[in-house]
Amino acid sequence: MNIGSKLSKTNLVYFDNSATSFPKPPAVVDAVVEYMTQAGGNPGRSGHRLAEEAGEIVFLARKALASFFGIKNPMNVVFGPNATDAVNTALKGILNKGDHVITTHLEHNCVMRPLNRLSGDGIIDISVADGDEIGIVSANEIGSLLKPSTKVVVINHVSNVTGVIQPVREIGKMCRSKGVILIVDGAQSGGIVPVNIADDFIDIFAFTGHKALYGPTGTGGMIISDDFDHKILRTLKEGGTGSISDKIEQPDFLPDKLESGTMNVAGIAGLLKGIEFINSLPEGVNSALSHKLTLQKYFIEKASKKVEGFKSYSQTGSPGITSFRMEGFTASDITQQLSDRFNIMSRQGLHCAPSAHQKIGTYPEGTVRFSFSVFSTIAEIDYAIEALKKIRNRNA
Amino acid sequence: MLSKHLKKLGTGMLNKGIILFHSSNYAMWADNVLKKKNIDHRLIPVPRELSSDCGYCIEFENNSAAEVTKLLKNENIEFDRIETI
Repeated sequence: MNIGSKLSKTNLVYFDNSATSFPKPPAVVDAVVEYMTQAGGNPGRSGHRLAEEAGEIVFLARKALASFFGIKNPMNVVFGPNATDAVNTALKGILNKGDHVITTHLEHNCVMRPLNRLSGDGIIDISVADGDEIGIVSANEIGSLLKPSTKVVVINHVSNVTGVIQPVREIGKMCRSKGVILIVDGAQSGGIVPVNIADDFIDIFAFTGHKALYGPTGTGGMIISDDFDHKILRTLKEGGTGSISDKIEQPDFLPDKLESGTMNVAGIAGLLKGIEFINSLPEGVNSALSHKLTLQKYFIEKASKKVEGFKSYSQTGSPGITSFRMEGFTASDITQQLSDRFNIMSRQGLHCAPSAHQKIGTYPEGTVRFSFSVFSTIAEIDYAIEALKKIRNRNA
Repeated sequence: MLSKHLKKLGTGMLNKGIILFHSSNYAMWADNVLKKKNIDHRLIPVPRELSSDCGYCIEFENNSAAEVTKLLKNENIEFDRIETI
């Protein structure tokens, strides 16, 4: 299984990997099945062999994620269903009445909606950094918005709309020097660009397992910096953890504090294999990144030349994500025709990020988004470009 | 307490130690570290006499207690206590 080799045996072209990656590496699928047929206990609860095996899978996944994202303590890897849940847990667990938060226009609704709720409830006030014409913000700009009450900076690392990459390390360094907590929405950056929580001065990194980490849906969570004082995080959920079961108080240590209820062990078993898959690439995440950069550059350049009226809203250098439009066609029309006539899967609309589309001038119509994975190929892009030409020429 | 537990098990293992953790997550971590160092041990259900937790703890040969303690501390693996005989 190599980068750029097509996994799917069908003629389907899947360019919606920013929504969820497809297909998954075979080892991911095998691990899910193996858990369900061979090692299906509940981790951390019972004391029998199958529970231990499940516990070991979960621990190995914590360890792999800790190493992958540059933290030392595997207990600071907290599993949950997705990045949205992690962002909610972080924001609502940390922020108190009177706190000020800084964010950007390129946020996904997983950040915007919790912030909007907290603001609407009169708990916080928000400043939104404008950024440059494509929404990239600088540490200086964020710094200029700081107030004495600024508690948190929350930022989308890689835009799910355009693929713009924010200078997280620079922003993190500034935040750390000012004692402000940096929460990063890493849904589109984990497994896409190298992330090192220690070097990037990130306090909480929300990740999802089912996109560029190639795991199953329903996996994700947060990676908490080794230096972060988790005592300031209030829990939003309490329940059974298998630990200090003689007490009705929630444990105050990680990860138990934030992991009530039985977790998605089948999914985590697959996620572990997804991370191992990325690590097995010659240069790990950098190999995946370089493949996607190559594909994206090829797509933008060739489509701009060959498809009349093609306009990209992403720049080359975005890690495999391209938002575009074709003059005279709505985004939904293009996506539907790509799917119905050409078996090409793409995503139209606002991508759950209305503010980002306002920033790039594509609101409310939205764009078509192609998002590539390590299994995407140049041949598939050529086929998609031919499809766009046929749609353009209204060639039935 | 521990010897009572071991007698009850009928193992007669009077040269054993048990590491109790606040959570099975830490037991799994310790298990991983001890495995890598080839220290003879096994995960067992937490004996009710020792703790009310639901999960597991680690049983090991008492003659490696010092090494086990050192390893756990070096790796910053928090544990509740080690009981040895």
